[in-house]
Amino acid sequence: MDGKMTKERKDRFTTLSEIEVKRLYIEEDLPDSSSIGLPGEYPFTRGIHKTMHRGRIWTIREFSGYGTPEETNRRYRYLLSHGQTGLSVAFDFPTLYGYDSDHSFSRGEVGRCGVAVDTPRDMEIIFDSIPLDKITTSMTINGPAPVLWAMYIANAEKQGIGKDEIGGTTQNDILKEYIAQKSWMLPPEPSLKLIVDTFEYGSRYVPKWNTISISGYHIREAGSTAVQELAFTLADGMTYVKAGVERGLDIDDFAPRLSFFFNAHNDILEEVAKLRAARRIWARFMKEEIGAKKPRSWMLRTHIQTAGCSLTAQQPEVNIIRVAYQALAAVLGGCQSLHTNSMDEAFALPTEKAVQIALRTQQVLAHESGVVNTVDPLGGSYFIESLTDEMEAQANRYFEEIDRLGGVLKCIRGGYFQREIADSAAKYQREVESGERTIIGVNAFQTGERPRVEVLKIDPEVDRRQIARLKEVKATRDEFKVERTLDALRKGEENGENVMPYLVECSKAYATLGDMCDVLRSIHGEYREPAIY
Amino acid sequence: MSSDGGAKIRVLIAKPGLDGHDRGAKVLARALRDAGMEVIYSGLKRTPEEIADMAIQEDVDVVGLSCLSGAHMTLFPRVVELLREKGAPDITVLGGGIIPDDDAQKLREKGITAVFGPGSLTSSIIELIKEKVNG
Repeated sequence: MDGKMTKERKDRFTTLSEIEVKRLYIEEDLPDSSSIGLPGEYPFTRGIHKTMHRGRIWTIREFSGYGTPEETNRRYRYLLSHGQTGLSVAFDFPTLYGYDSDHSFSRGEVGRCGVAVDTPRDMEIIFDSIPLDKITTSMTINGPAPVLWAMYIANAEKQGIGKDEIGGTTQNDILKEYIAQKSWMLPPEPSLKLIVDTFEYGSRYVPKWNTISISGYHIREAGSTAVQELAFTLADGMTYVKAGVERGLDIDDFAPRLSFFFNAHNDILEEVAKLRAARRIWARFMKEEIGAKKPRSWMLRTHIQTAGCSLTAQQPEVNIIRVAYQALAAVLGGCQSLHTNSMDEAFALPTEKAVQIALRTQQVLAHESGVVNTVDPLGGSYFIESLTDEMEAQANRYFEEIDRLGGVLKCIRGGYFQREIADSAAKYQREVESGERTIIGVNAFQTGERPRVEVLKIDPEVDRRQIARLKEVKATRDEFKVERTLDALRKGEENGENVMPYLVECSKAYATLGDMCDVLRSIHGEYREPAIY
Repeated sequence: MSSDGGAKIRVLIAKPGLDGHDRGAKVLARALRDAGMEVIYSGLKRTPEEIADMAIQEDVDVVGLSCLSGAHMTLFPRVVELLREKGAPDITVLGGGIIPDDDAQKLREKGITAVFGPGSLTSSIIELIKEKVNG
């Protein structure tokens, strides 16, 4: 070789997820051109639309919700007035578990990490003066997702807006709850049944609703690598699709409303490759393995959130920079909607000021950076295409392993995913502590100062206010009607019917979240996971 | 064996309340085990009563409480209270999670020995535990 080569800084270079990276990528590293294809065409490696962000900027959707429904409604109107284009509701833990605010488990949790919803009345307040036929709403709710969706539908109908006019997403992805996020209500099998109920009901009556958001975000937050996030999420997706097909639903009726949700972590190019690999794996699975006919059924549409677990309490302003790079990865990866985290979220829920900076980060990308001017600007890059291929291959090896172990449900009960993720999380932490992995402000470039950060304060009276309204709703509703609709729900579920219509009727009668979830819990019991670390 | 040659330090890592974020709890549980301690992990969704009972039954030296849901002001002090009521005031209680500084200060006043937020190193927690237990 002519010319001297400077000695490299390390013996081995890898992505954040430990995929080996070569010094240089050349033409020979490119996969077959049919794997790359064109945007808007199978297998959608380069994006699901021909025009992508030239046609429409992604939906700017900041996940938010705290305290009482009134406070949350105020925050939503603030965000919308600053140019946010879609809503995303964060619920508090009692709501995520299907408990009312007066339940003993709710003590101290009401309105803390999201908004409390006990009754359809709370739903009415949260969306007060927000046109549900014009704004789409994403709801991060899983165990009780069918219940919250029913309340949303009942509220829209009360506003005079039909089920067929509302748009949005219910997360409704219970499998990743057992795997990573850990908020569930029922055991896996009856949970899966309820999810298929929503697929069936949605495709028939609520055609603009994404009935599920199959989520890798939380898997990554729990400590997985990018490849594990990719593989476990798509394995969950495949499980839902097969469950829908087993019910006898036509794949092309429900598949177009399946949506996804991935994380955008620090390694920009790896994140882009992950999203491209995800679209390709999904398209191939849906077309070749499941036999879906509509191109829309093959398309993986995804929301992205920047990585909460990458935020540091040390030098919190640096988080603004991390989030900006992560958001860039999401956009270059071809996202359909995006949440950017706020700089203060290592301390508490974000203040208005912090969330405004997060919102502006997306607006700078959309309107100033120029990355939206051409579709898939990284397509054809020797490295990106090669890494996309490698991640697909590694994900395929995980699919084989999951199959060998008897499928996703068996892997959950056996703790396979949980162990894989815990191993990765422990390894990551060891590397941070040994200094092998550099985190600015944590193990390098420290300032030693303890930052003084202004944080959002949750009204300490929120429990009392919420319980007072719950009592008021219970005192003024027609108890006979509540009993009758709950009874119908019970019979429907016991007979294995689709319970969505019953839940909508319960909601119209002002049954509480706890009322409806208690019916489901009394039939199926609760679930406790094996406590392994 | 701990550094002074005595019995192993016993630690209960517990998840009070409804919070499901268990990454930190699990990473810490492993790090403490790797540092030679006997670690019991409670699993999710435990009440303060269950945690206090578990701590006493397992005869632990330290209870590490992890909560990222914002319910720490209700749940952490309750565990300290219960340990005192049940005659185990010597058990050291530590807290971790998304906890604002003002809350951390109040928690220390209510008997939580130390509070660890995001970015805390497990090595500093190990050091503190050894110092507390072995003196």
